[in-house]
Amino acid sequence: MERLAWRQVLLPVLAVVLGLVSGGLLIFVSGDNPLTAYGGMLEGAFGDTDAVGRTLEKATPLVMGGLAVAFAFKAGLFNIGGQGQLLLGASFSAWVGFRFGLPAPIHIPLALLVGGIVASGLGALAGLLKATRGTHEVISTIMLNFVAANLTDWLVSRDGPWNDPDGGALARSPLIQDSAVLPKVGGLPTGFLVAVAAAVVIWWLVSRSTLGFEVLTVGANPKAATYAGISVTRITVLAMGISAFLAGLGGAIQTLGVNERFEPGFNTGLGFDGITIALLARTNALAVIPAAVLIGAMDAGSTLMQARTDVAPEIISVIQAFVLFFVAAPSVVRWIVRLRTGDDDRAIDLGAGWGAA
Amino acid sequence: MTPTESSGTPLIEARGLTKRFPGVVANDRVDLVVHPGEILGLLGENGAGKSTLVKMIFGIYQPDEGQIFLRGEEMTADGPGQAIARGIGMVHQHFQLVPPLTVAENIVLGAETTRGGFLNRRAAEDEVRELSQRFGLIVEPSDVVEDLPVGIQQRVEILKALYRGAELLILDEPTAVLTPQETDELLGIMRDLASSGVGIIFITHKLREVLAVTDRVTVLRRGKSVGSVDTADATTESLAELMVGRSVVLQVEKSAREPGEVVLAVDGLQVRDDRRQMSVDGATLQVRSGEIVGVAGVEGNGQRELVEAITGIRSIVGGSVTIGDHRVAGHPRRVRDLGVAYIPEDRERDGLVGNYSIADNMVLTDYHRPPFANTGIRRFDAVDANATELVERFDVRTPSIETTVGSLSGGNKQKVIVARELSHDNKLVVASQPTRGVDVGSIEFIHEQLIASRDEGDAVLLVSAELDEIFSLSDRIAVIYEGEIVAMLDPETTTREEVGLLMAGGGESDGESNGQVAGLGADGAAVD
Ligand SMILES: Nc1ncnc2c1ncn2[C@@H]1O[C@H](COP(=O)(O)OP(=O)(O)OP(=O)(O)O)[C@@H](O)[C@H]1O
Ligand SMILES: [Mg+2]
Repeated sequence: MERLAWRQVLLPVLAVVLGLVSGGLLIFVSGDNPLTAYGGMLEGAFGDTDAVGRTLEKATPLVMGGLAVAFAFKAGLFNIGGQGQLLLGASFSAWVGFRFGLPAPIHIPLALLVGGIVASGLGALAGLLKATRGTHEVISTIMLNFVAANLTDWLVSRDGPWNDPDGGALARSPLIQDSAVLPKVGGLPTGFLVAVAAAVVIWWLVSRSTLGFEVLTVGANPKAATYAGISVTRITVLAMGISAFLAGLGGAIQTLGVNERFEPGFNTGLGFDGITIALLARTNALAVIPAAVLIGAMDAGSTLMQARTDVAPEIISVIQAFVLFFVAAPSVVRWIVRLRTGDDDRAIDLGAGWGAA
Repeated sequence: MTPTESSGTPLIEARGLTKRFPGVVANDRVDLVVHPGEILGLLGENGAGKSTLVKMIFGIYQPDEGQIFLRGEEMTADGPGQAIARGIGMVHQHFQLVPPLTVAENIVLGAETTRGGFLNRRAAEDEVRELSQRFGLIVEPSDVVEDLPVGIQQRVEILKALYRGAELLILDEPTAVLTPQETDELLGIMRDLASSGVGIIFITHKLREVLAVTDRVTVLRRGKSVGSVDTADATTESLAELMVGRSVVLQVEKSAREPGEVVLAVDGLQVRDDRRQMSVDGATLQVRSGEIVGVAGVEGNGQRELVEAITGIRSIVGGSVTIGDHRVAGHPRRVRDLGVAYIPEDRERDGLVGNYSIADNMVLTDYHRPPFANTGIRRFDAVDANATELVERFDVRTPSIETTVGSLSGGNKQKVIVARELSHDNKLVVASQPTRGVDVGSIEFIHEQLIASRDEGDAVLLVSAELDEIFSLSDRIAVIYEGEIVAMLDPETTTREEVGLLMAGGGESDGESNGQVAGLGADGAAVD
């Protein structure tokens, strides 16, 4: 057991190092000093309280998006509708935020919850389609992304019910009330703490609760789950619902902590970064936190890196892609090895692969 | 038969093979020799290391120590590719065919003759037809594999190995999934192959088959080779004793017992299979407390669907299933809560989660109940204690309870299921092929457990393709044919031949009267 855990940490760490080295080579080839570039990135990400705050702020929705993908994966489901779920969560939490005047201790949790719950409906719908109609969740969640994007666009558009009267032609919601704003404590965003708490809850749920056991069983062998008396339909709907709740909560935190209103098209692509994070964390809920911080730090540090060197901002995406590649490559190798061991011993290596608790 | 003392170079010779897995020495300095034209039986308890040994010969595993010589030349461990190239073929217990492809496509796959990048299907089919005639393994090259019965699929597997020029054929428990007729055919094919010079390593748990077809037998016990004997000098008893290290009771003791009230009543049941065919069509049967009813039938006559409907896994189209006074309508958990245990026929698919530990698999069906969970929170100390106790009591051979079930030997996987299911407080036990792939010692044990359940007053429904098992355990025998129970028989007054005839549909028109032959009404009245 000990050795297994060590290997699971070693692999992503190696991937990150290899990714950075490859990126460094690229920077070197393009005529810059990789050390200066990385120095700038490090300082921009962790140099002072402000920098750390920025990093954590960027990492927060990544934690939530990563958790959403990782959790669904435990049930053998691929939720790539994080983007749409996030938009729903963001817009509905903004609505609670600007529409109601409540004391902060009620207002903030209420806005967060409403965002998460509305988003979870979208995920549960995809789960229901999968369980009852056999519609593949990849297809349905992509489609629902469009539904969510257009719906939220309309809500805050000039003819929409949540349009900001002071915004002129702008499609956006009014600012949320002060009582709904997620505060910063000592320059650090409290939203990040909410995300960490969510990660701990999910980790606990998966590894300690009977619901987690049901989710894992459905993910590992749906036939055996049915045999054991677990309703695959119920778990599929529930897992997609919880997954979407997490993505929606991510959108809500972003709204209450950073944007303070809803504007369509904000953070495009955030939902998809969740896949990167989940992969990097090997779907372990706790590992999602450092994975998200790493990617968040790269984003946060990129400005200072550019200021110090001539490195193009795209290089950051390239480095992230390298990291991901190195995380995925050993899995590919393992996948081949596993096929070769053949027959009934095929399951041996699964413990080290995707979906291990 | 080929003389076993053949002096020439052995076809294959393994010397001092050792293979270790975390926590177990699966093979400990094992020697093995096969001569051309010889059939070697490889026997051993579950987990003795048979599969591991042949996987090393086939190049799937690399030995930690020892050497393998093929016709006197040392093999460099290099994966199955090399083994195949040098004339070794292996048929795994789980077939490795591509279901939607035809027989010919499957056979030539990976070694195909192509023209301009395209498979020359006609040439392939001709080649396969020729091969199939030469070895007397009759298949139709243009048939699609997924439509074929397992027995024929097995032939395709063997042809696939022969097509690649196999001179040593390894068969890992090939008869476990075959009907008695298919088994007889396979044994005939093996004899023909041997007389044409092919060497065969044959793994099975059925001593009868070993005596019928092999020239020599090598026995493994807990990873060590305990010797080789000429089959001519062996008996079922002597082989069993060599395997287990003690004498084994091959015929179970069973006391007479008065059955009690009806626990399971199946009435005019109709169920569809996965292809939406009505594979159970009007089946009626009752099982009383304290009796074992054995369902005999050729595989594919609705047994699987019958059992899945009773356990709530498959939906009921017509008729009814009643357990106690509860009418079953889906909901496997509700059925289980009535006190129903179920040993499924396909253990890997239904009964286990391969990448879970033994401990988790031991609570797969009641992970949510105290003491294994409390208000939704799992209690791992109770889960572990349960596993430790059951592993001990049911003699599951494993390095630890944390070991993943997927890495256990076939028979030990089965023991995990049996342990889990029979350790509950049951009212009805549904056991489908409970001893498939299980060694003689464990068969004895599982049979004892089933009889113990019956003696405690459980109703037991046993489905088995083994007539021996049906006859030695059942208090009544139900014969299933095309989804109907065509006869209810008393094993004391019935012969195997009668049952065999009914299984083949011979009694379909007068099932009623056949029932009466045994002094029973077809409505399932008890034996008195
Ligand atoms: N890939 C593996 N990883 C870890 N342990 C293994 C692996 N393969 C086999 N073992 C262990 O090695 C031992 C021998 O297993 P093997 O599959 O060779 O038994 P077997 O004789 O074929 O049994 P059966 O009759 O049940 O098929 C068992 O204890 C098994 O748990
Ligand atoms: Mg085996």
